[in-house]
Amino acid sequence: MSKEIIRIDNIHRNFEVGNETVKALWGVSFAINAGEFVTIMGTSGSGKSTLLNLLGCLDTPTCGEYYLDDIATSSMSRDERAGLRNHKIGFIFQNYNLLPKTTSVENVELPLIYNPRIPAAERRQRAIRALESVGLGERLYHKSNQMSGGQQQRVAIARALVNDPVILLADEATGNLDTRTSLEILSLFQDLHREGRTILFVTHNPEMSEFSSRNIMLRDGQVIGDTRNDNMRDARELLAQLPKTE
Amino acid sequence: MNLFNLLKIALRALNANKFRGFLTMLGIIIGVASVITMLAIGQGSKQSIRSQISEMGSNMLMIHPGSMRMGGVRQDASSMQSLKMADFNAIRDKGQYISAISPSVSSSGQAVYGANNAPTTVYGVNDDYMDIRKYKVQDGSMFTDYDIKTYSKVCVVGKTVIDNLFPNGEDPLGKYIRFKKTPFKIIGVLESKGYNSMGMDQDDLIIAPYTTVQKRVLAINYLQGIYASAVSEEQSQQAVEEIENILRFNHNIKDGADNDFEVRSQEELSSMLTSTTDLMTVLLSCIAGISLLVGGIGIMNIMYVSVTERTREIGLRMSIGAKGKDILMQFLIEAVILSFAGGIIGVVVGVFATYMVRVVAGWPILIQVWSVFLSFAVCSVTGIFFGWYPAKKAAGLDPIEAIRYE
Repeated sequence: MSKEIIRIDNIHRNFEVGNETVKALWGVSFAINAGEFVTIMGTSGSGKSTLLNLLGCLDTPTCGEYYLDDIATSSMSRDERAGLRNHKIGFIFQNYNLLPKTTSVENVELPLIYNPRIPAAERRQRAIRALESVGLGERLYHKSNQMSGGQQQRVAIARALVNDPVILLADEATGNLDTRTSLEILSLFQDLHREGRTILFVTHNPEMSEFSSRNIMLRDGQVIGDTRNDNMRDARELLAQLPKTE
Repeated sequence: MNLFNLLKIALRALNANKFRGFLTMLGIIIGVASVITMLAIGQGSKQSIRSQISEMGSNMLMIHPGSMRMGGVRQDASSMQSLKMADFNAIRDKGQYISAISPSVSSSGQAVYGANNAPTTVYGVNDDYMDIRKYKVQDGSMFTDYDIKTYSKVCVVGKTVIDNLFPNGEDPLGKYIRFKKTPFKIIGVLESKGYNSMGMDQDDLIIAPYTTVQKRVLAINYLQGIYASAVSEEQSQQAVEEIENILRFNHNIKDGADNDFEVRSQEELSSMLTSTTDLMTVLLSCIAGISLLVGGIGIMNIMYVSVTERTREIGLRMSIGAKGKDILMQFLIEAVILSFAGGIIGVVVGVFATYMVRVVAGWPILIQVWSVFLSFAVCSVTGIFFGWYPAKKAAGLDPIEAIRYE
């Protein structure tokens, strides 16, 4: 039995909009073990963004408890959650969110700057290693605006990996990319999964579930399906089938 | 998060908007530069007044008869006849804090030599007067105690009088000039002292024995004033009190009654003269300070813009683990760098402008180290103060909203 990375117990999240209470999440419970590649799927308004914010320690549940790596998080202060985000979580966003006019290496170093445990001398080495692991060893000193979308997303993935987090949280990480690049990024995620990383991929695209090891369906703030997928499709195979562009 | 990283982040952010940063700094530059220049001009004129006063004799004391009421009518001080030779002798003999003392009588009128004449003043004094007023004899000699005793008609003459009466450059020594029908033999010429800070020509005078002026020119037996020197500048206040005590005793003034004389030290004169410059300095510095304030508001404004522009960046930094404090420091340091850099450039510009004032306008200037530090400190505080609110706003952003901000 592998280690439990995430466990959420009966999570509720309500928002006050004017005089009404909107129930974005309504009693969601599940656990994610180390080494899983989970897609969380749902249409807009299903509560998946709210769930991602909670799992990413950016938000706290109205009631219920969230354990990240066996740490109860719902009663933590802002700063404690910031520390947790730094050490335990790697975020990957749809629009990359790289600093403009900044080199890849400096972008990747960013989380380490906020981690006092890593000495300055080690930062550059770790950033370079992370960039090499996503296949950007050749583009260490390119600025973010000189790179394609796929390359920028790779930099963002390297940034998420650099602090060696227990889980990668991807929010529509392929949403801004064309089919080919999406598949490239997806195969990178699959590579990371094979290396033993735990990945949580939030998406509205139903095709994504074919590439993950587990799929959780959300609708109206509740889990309506949780299925294991034992024969994951390999994104690389699909990539090989695509007509060559050049 | 250490300071070095914070500085690096702030410098990069400023580097991305160089011209905007420069315009923001310009407010601070102008503020600091004008504070420094204004203070330098103020301090310079104050110092030049002080140095001219000390040329006049910084520990000089002046005793004049005070105004008095006679039958309900306040009399002109110069008409008073309350100072006598006895007062002079008493102060000379009993004064502990007095190093030199001279009686003083004076008369203004035309001095005549041959076909030339010039308006001037004859001062009747003794030879201590030279020490007190820091006059020196250039040619010839000063009159002696013997001349005083014998009412000798001799005099020592200032440069201006010489120039007026001897336009052809004759040797004035031994020549006789007439003043109010009394002939005086010139036995000495004074070294030139130029104009004093009030614009008075200090060389336009004739010095003669006070006995001669009393008897032969004015026909009086009282003194119009007494000049004295305190032992040192620091002890001039004690000297003033001592003289007051002696004169009150001599004049039989009861306790609680007003003095019928007046003792003035140079300190009073200098504070009187510098009060106007002080006022101007304060006024100009206030205006300069306001421009510093306006510069600070400029910083605040641009920092607000910067925070709004970089909301996404702030959200990202927060989501990868930046604490509120880290974000606060990042923006605060950016504001401090702006004001600091502005301050340094302002100091350079201010010093340069000050020297330009000296070279072009020829005004006396004095840059005091404290004024540089003061304006620099004020601008740093301005940076921190006006950078605080935008930085606080940035630190308080909700990361969820910030990261999705468009």
